[in-house]
Amino acid sequence: MTFVMQLINGLQLGSIYALVALGYTMVYGIVKLLNFAHGDIIMVGGYIALFSLTAFFLPPVLAALLTVAGCTLLAIIIEKLAYTPLRFAPRLSLLITAIGVSILLQNLAQIFFGADGHAFPRAQLFPVGWVYIGEIRLTYASIITLVLSVLSMAVLAFLVKKTKLGKAMRAVSEDTGAAQLMGINVNHIITFTFAVGAALAGVGALLYSVHFPLIMPTIGVMLGLRAFVAAVLGGIGSIPGTMLGGYLIAFLEVGVIAIGGSRWTDGAVFLILILVLMIRPTGIMGRTMMEKV
Amino acid sequence: MKMKRILALLMAVLLVAGLLAGCGSGDDDYDIVIGVLAPLTGPVSQFGTAVEAGVNLYVEQFNALGGRQVRLEFWDEEGAAELGVAGYHHLMDLGVDAIIGAVTSGVTRAVVPLSYEDNMPMITATSTHEFVTVNEETGAVFTNMFRSCFIDPFQGQQMAHFAHQVVGAQTVAILYNNEVDYSIGLMQAFVAEAEILGLEIVAIENFQRTTVAFQGQLTNIMAHNPDALFIPEYYQSVALIGPQSVEVGLETVLLGADGWATILDFMDEPSSIEGAYFLTGFSAEVDTPLVQSFITDFYAANGFMPNMFAAQAFDAAKILIAAIEATLDDIEAGLEAGADWRDAVDVATFRQSVIDNMGATDIEGVTGPITFDHLNNPQKGAIILTIREGEDGFEESFWGYFYGR
Repeated sequence: MTFVMQLINGLQLGSIYALVALGYTMVYGIVKLLNFAHGDIIMVGGYIALFSLTAFFLPPVLAALLTVAGCTLLAIIIEKLAYTPLRFAPRLSLLITAIGVSILLQNLAQIFFGADGHAFPRAQLFPVGWVYIGEIRLTYASIITLVLSVLSMAVLAFLVKKTKLGKAMRAVSEDTGAAQLMGINVNHIITFTFAVGAALAGVGALLYSVHFPLIMPTIGVMLGLRAFVAAVLGGIGSIPGTMLGGYLIAFLEVGVIAIGGSRWTDGAVFLILILVLMIRPTGIMGRTMMEKV
Repeated sequence: MKMKRILALLMAVLLVAGLLAGCGSGDDDYDIVIGVLAPLTGPVSQFGTAVEAGVNLYVEQFNALGGRQVRLEFWDEEGAAELGVAGYHHLMDLGVDAIIGAVTSGVTRAVVPLSYEDNMPMITATSTHEFVTVNEETGAVFTNMFRSCFIDPFQGQQMAHFAHQVVGAQTVAILYNNEVDYSIGLMQAFVAEAEILGLEIVAIENFQRTTVAFQGQLTNIMAHNPDALFIPEYYQSVALIGPQSVEVGLETVLLGADGWATILDFMDEPSSIEGAYFLTGFSAEVDTPLVQSFITDFYAANGFMPNMFAAQAFDAAKILIAAIEATLDDIEAGLEAGADWRDAVDVATFRQSVIDNMGATDIEGVTGPITFDHLNNPQKGAIILTIREGEDGFEESFWGYFYGR
């Protein structure tokens, strides 16, 4: 029974990781940028959800939509202000800028909302409760997390594989110059990719707040790092690989705890990062790409 | 032109007034001078200013009684050990009779060896480190150094006794933060005391500073079905552990320490920690007249509510001044009226007498009844708060004082 419970713990944690990791993968696939501000967009999303419920008393559906919209808008603004001017700069400059944006968002949140945590009224978002399957207590939150993240991933897969926009995204990812020659507006596609990644972050923010109902300026940091490791493990740039990575990292984490090694969870996760980078830098499902000369 | 002349006159008056004020604060008008080492600025200034407010309030109230008059000499040590040492020398040069401070354990530990050499009566309100009153290398007690706060291990010991005596637990699990000294220290003290009491520790799980998902650990703990779960951690983590323990279906009595204070401000579902007990050094929920009038007076003087540090500082001032009073009563009994006690006794005798009187302290403080053990640590009743549903929703309510041993 303990084993099945730990399995469920891993599954719900993995759903959140996978969702967040997809944001990394989408952006990396297109502009080869590790968007380290991604976790902090989730943090901002948490505050948007919090204040739309507690300060503006919005109905849950509206609050959820506003969170996703707010994250998307924030990502577009960040892309336009911070990343677009650096499109032709070395990739390292872009990476450093992303870290800078991350620090900026955290400190802004600290100035506006304070360093202390805010309790998140998750009961206002949807009913807190559980059903029993045999002796196992399955919370509504974990059911909704599973459903919502699988649904988000399915929509994303459909978008990328079946729509014209998705085709354009893949084209830009493959060869930006050639895509531009074929008449694709590369700038629009890049902005759109950031927006999609951020919308996923918005959903991630809602799920995070429901599972961990204490919103603080620093909540995006560790979540972002874990999701980043998940993306690298699965193969950054590959959507199915990233989802797999998210679940694997969560199972690893819960597995380490289950066998009594709770003090090694961080260690195990980052050991995986080092091992992947040493042995198979492209991740489980990533493609080996030739450097273009 | 006329304006200028008035201004000049005003300046002159202010200058002279300043001189006069300087005269007024001379030793002549005061019977007792106490130095205070506290970080009034810098990164830990919130502790220092709380201590300042607590000490000030007690001294104002004491002076208002009209008996002996106390003057305070503050030194801002900014939370830095070297500034604390400099401050100690400065206060000694001023000729203070005793010292309150320092605030953080690091600074106090830097000053203690010096004050021990001088046999200077000293009391800290906030330094909780075990080796503030004891020399870490030799194990010798710094006999001149007292404190009005709990030491860290005390909390773990008390909660082990509480689990054993009050909760009636046979089996206990512990969930602690392995990146925070406070959490580790309490865990170790709890385990050591549980062993003595024959309380079985069935699971010890830990987590890190950034952990938010505790379900894995809680599921492990649930498999052992403990009678109580001790969580020596700050409120941020406990605010997440509470709801998650309900989610995994863990039913047990939650026990905490002073890091839990104000936890309800950070929880949307307080029912998940209903029936939990935690220990604290001070609480506004203690409804004795002494504590309530302290809170009222403190609020009137400062415009904000006293925290644990301010309350402990208030008690530190009370302990020290009571000891000095007892010493002076003895000295002045043999003097003719109007004579200055400073002429009648040498400094070494005075200091030793104050230290002896502090050691014999037995007072009712706002943080509880206080006596000292042989290591100069306070033997207080621990304030136990419990989470329960009151008229206005869930509240931290005063369960009572607990004396573990």
